[in-house]
Amino acid sequence: MPATRIVLPARARKGEVVEIKTIITHPMETGYRRDHVGLAIARDIITRFTCTYAGEEVFRMDLFTGVAANPFVGFTTLATETGEVVFEWTDQHGTVTREQRRLVVV
Amino acid sequence: MQPGDSNPSRRKVLAGAIGIVVLPLTGHQAHATPENMAEAMGEALGAGAAPKSGRVKLVLPELAENGNSVPLRISVESPMTAADHVDTIYVFSERNPVSNVVRFHLGPRSGRAQVMTSIRLAGTQHITVVARMSDGSLWSSAANVVVTQAACIDDT
Repeated sequence: MPATRIVLPARARKGEVVEIKTIITHPMETGYRRDHVGLAIARDIITRFTCTYAGEEVFRMDLFTGVAANPFVGFTTLATETGEVVFEWTDQHGTVTREQRRLVVV
Repeated sequence: MQPGDSNPSRRKVLAGAIGIVVLPLTGHQAHATPENMAEAMGEALGAGAAPKSGRVKLVLPELAENGNSVPLRISVESPMTAADHVDTIYVFSERNPVSNVVRFHLGPRSGRAQVMTSIRLAGTQHITVVARMSDGSLWSSAANVVVTQAACIDDT
């Protein structure tokens, strides 16, 4: 199970631009490397990251092998209403890692 | 087994054997070329798409000691309203084995057109960023990064 770290404020004023940063532990194995006996190491990457806020998708990212290991992403969203901010990382096998935080808008 | 069945199955076995031999060879293209990038751009943006230069600001280090993790920051000049916003930001590499590096999908709920991530670079190269606006227009910017130690994404 990959570990995740999410930075976003707990509260924001309505209309404020909120900065969000996330990171997930994942090798992002490219499939181009070989192990110590010369065998190809299979590709294993996260292909999609999404952020939904109060039920609506506000950000999406398509990842390829060129994204560094332990994918980091920083983006912004407009504080509209108090609600759940849900983060989902989907790997190439369809396994989803899900996290959520509550953003209180005053 | 019917005598007639032996031919197709023999063919399949042969085809399978060729596949095994060919796959590792094609799968091990060490570096892509600027032509591969042009092809990937054509696929992503539409054939013959010609992004205009400007509106995209791209921050990458001029020199990266290690290509395994290079910080990338992109911002696009846009009011980010429902009527006028950035829809997609594409990042292309001219030298990585895969020309598509990463893609960001934004919208009016983003508030600001600003994203950050860390990418891999298989050697010194130009990175091209293209932004697709809500009106369909394309804007781009490129930056050169000198990489002293390339990302281990090939078997060198």
